[in-house]
Amino acid sequence: VVSRVVVASRNYADFASEATFDIKKCDLHRLEEGPPVTAVLTREEGLHYYRTMQTIRRMELKSDQLYKQKIIRGFCHLYDGQEACCVGLEAAINPTDHLITAYRAHGYAYTRGTAVREILAELTGRKGGCAKGKGGSMHMYAHNFYGGNGIVGAQVPLGAGIALACKYFGKDEICLTLYGDGAANQGQIFETYNMAALWKLPCIFICENNRYGMGTSVERAAASTDYYKRGDYIPGIRVDGMDILCVREATKFAAEHCRSGKGPMLMELQTYRYHGHSMSDPGISYRTREEIQEVRSKSDPITLLKDRMVNNSLSSVEELKEIDVEVRKEIEEAAQFATTDPEPPLEELGNHIYKNEPPFEVRGPSQWIKYKSVG
Amino acid sequence: MAAAAGALRRLVRCGPQQGLGRRLQLRSGIHGSAPAAVQVTVRDALNQALDEELERDERVFLLGEEVAQYDGAYKISRGLWKKYGDKRIIDTPISEMGFTGIAVGAAMAGLRPICEFMTFNFSMQAIDQVINSAGKTLYMSAGMVPVPVVFRGPNGASAGVGAQHSQCFAAWYGHCPGLKVVSPWSSEDAKGLLKASVRDDNPVVMLENELMYGVPFEMSEEVQSKDFLVPIGKAKIERQGTHVTLVSHSRSVGHCLEAAAVLVKEGVECEVINLRTIRPMDVESIEASVVKTNHLITVEGGWPQFGVGAEICARIMEGPAFNYLDAPAVRLTGADVPMPYAKILEENCLPQVKDIIFAVKKVLNI
Repeated sequence: VVSRVVVASRNYADFASEATFDIKKCDLHRLEEGPPVTAVLTREEGLHYYRTMQTIRRMELKSDQLYKQKIIRGFCHLYDGQEACCVGLEAAINPTDHLITAYRAHGYAYTRGTAVREILAELTGRKGGCAKGKGGSMHMYAHNFYGGNGIVGAQVPLGAGIALACKYFGKDEICLTLYGDGAANQGQIFETYNMAALWKLPCIFICENNRYGMGTSVERAAASTDYYKRGDYIPGIRVDGMDILCVREATKFAAEHCRSGKGPMLMELQTYRYHGHSMSDPGISYRTREEIQEVRSKSDPITLLKDRMVNNSLSSVEELKEIDVEVRKEIEEAAQFATTDPEPPLEELGNHIYKNEPPFEVRGPSQWIKYKSVG
Repeated sequence: MAAAAGALRRLVRCGPQQGLGRRLQLRSGIHGSAPAAVQVTVRDALNQALDEELERDERVFLLGEEVAQYDGAYKISRGLWKKYGDKRIIDTPISEMGFTGIAVGAAMAGLRPICEFMTFNFSMQAIDQVINSAGKTLYMSAGMVPVPVVFRGPNGASAGVGAQHSQCFAAWYGHCPGLKVVSPWSSEDAKGLLKASVRDDNPVVMLENELMYGVPFEMSEEVQSKDFLVPIGKAKIERQGTHVTLVSHSRSVGHCLEAAAVLVKEGVECEVINLRTIRPMDVESIEASVVKTNHLITVEGGWPQFGVGAEICARIMEGPAFNYLDAPAVRLTGADVPMPYAKILEENCLPQVKDIIFAVKKVLNI
């Protein structure tokens, strides 16, 4: 024990406090200048990003396990591989900013402030879940996080509406409105681009392009796969979504644009999901195992960050391993909670139909079965 | 004299809960005349309600096609853009799905939008946002995300607008838990329900009727008050009766009253109930009436299958009023066809006064 302490204190003295990295230049649409091509990463930031991404990674893998054990039911869309997106976005905005996404939302539920145990308990349908077990995988909410939305593309007009409220209230807040490459072909998104640009809404439209809309590759779904250009009159940038620093710097750039009242911006994050579309999709009928393996070995967001930090003395393999151990422990405890917490009481069935309404009765499957409803 | 009366009026004004009678009592001591009721069209009543609620709460705003600079396709929002400006009265492009979603998102983020559909036929393009985004979110979030939005506009048949512009959506929206659905008939209904809807913290679908917009109704002083609300979820007995209960909503209420006026000459007293709210429906009021009259007829403009009348009949069967029925309940509805254009065909696709009279006599076996 003594030697570990000595080793640790010696390591901390050896670490750099920050390092500067070259990051990929973003492709630009209707922009003269883009985000910077270098980024400064402090040791503190690095450790935080690493821990957060690792937590999401292990949380999603745990969800995979629980789903296969049939403890999680229904739809379950996992985010492993895309961690740099949600963590990078959050690093560039304030907790007072707003965010909305579609159904691949567990990572965002976490970065927007929901505890792992509450996310897992929501997946397992228990009363300790962040929506008391009433929402499930696709319907998790937090302060300034509007889900978790099941209907492909519907969240995009909602996000512009949230941005409208930001502008209306005049508090210098913005809304990050996310959708996938599949949703990018939805008509309501183009309606939203139009109104957001017309009214200069402080909205960053973010397309998480993970190359496949369920089983359909982008080439088979879109006449133009330059998703960052699809906003036409809206300036856009295409970002390496596997590099957290790229995501962070691009988001800072876009956020500044929106906050300055110039109107919306579009970001395409090029990313990848290791799992299939959902737990019902093995994910190998429309792509090869080799492709998945290649991304894992060459572009894994957590590995990329780890290598950068270790190679630039921001951390050590041992220190990061310690974080891994802590994260695993946290996930195990959360899973323990999620599998032992009771299901919501039957009375919960009728609640939350209306807000601020005196209690009333809700009909069950027959006229003799009634539930009380409180908001 | 008028000034003194005015001062006394302000002194005794106690809000909508206070009966009109009390104020009459107090005032008659000064000048002894009846309260100053006025004739107000449904259109003007809606306009007043919008104006009052926009003034009362900064978070309220109106969006929709032509609501601002055109003064509203049906002039419901006349003068409001001039008074409140671009921030509060927003003209949208023709993008129902988009702007409805924007309204719902704005509500989620703390504003109180009023989203106008030029007619509810166009709401079908946006119906996912109304039901899945607005109606269900409070439940899915276990109470975390309320959606205080009002969707309003003309619903149902107009005059000669053809099949795609004449559909009634009362049953469609009334079907969905999480939504409230209201359907005004008179100016009092229109004003009170719109104000109540805006102040409600839940998504409310308000089904107006274009043919009613120009119809004037007497509005008492109480109703003219800025605090007058019509409670959502409570029906109104427009006419007391003993022989048969006529339940209706929106424009059909007027037809029921016309039928009642004819039938009274033959000694038949109809009780006419104006539902005012489709969801949550005030079944208790209908039941109490049926217990009294023993006969039930529902009248609506929407199609028969799976409609408002069908729901009322089912609920009556399940409750105490069933045992008081002396005859099966009867539904009068729109004809089970898309709405035709030719006047004679269109007229015969909606329940007319003569149809109501016929049904009453059938049900009473006279």
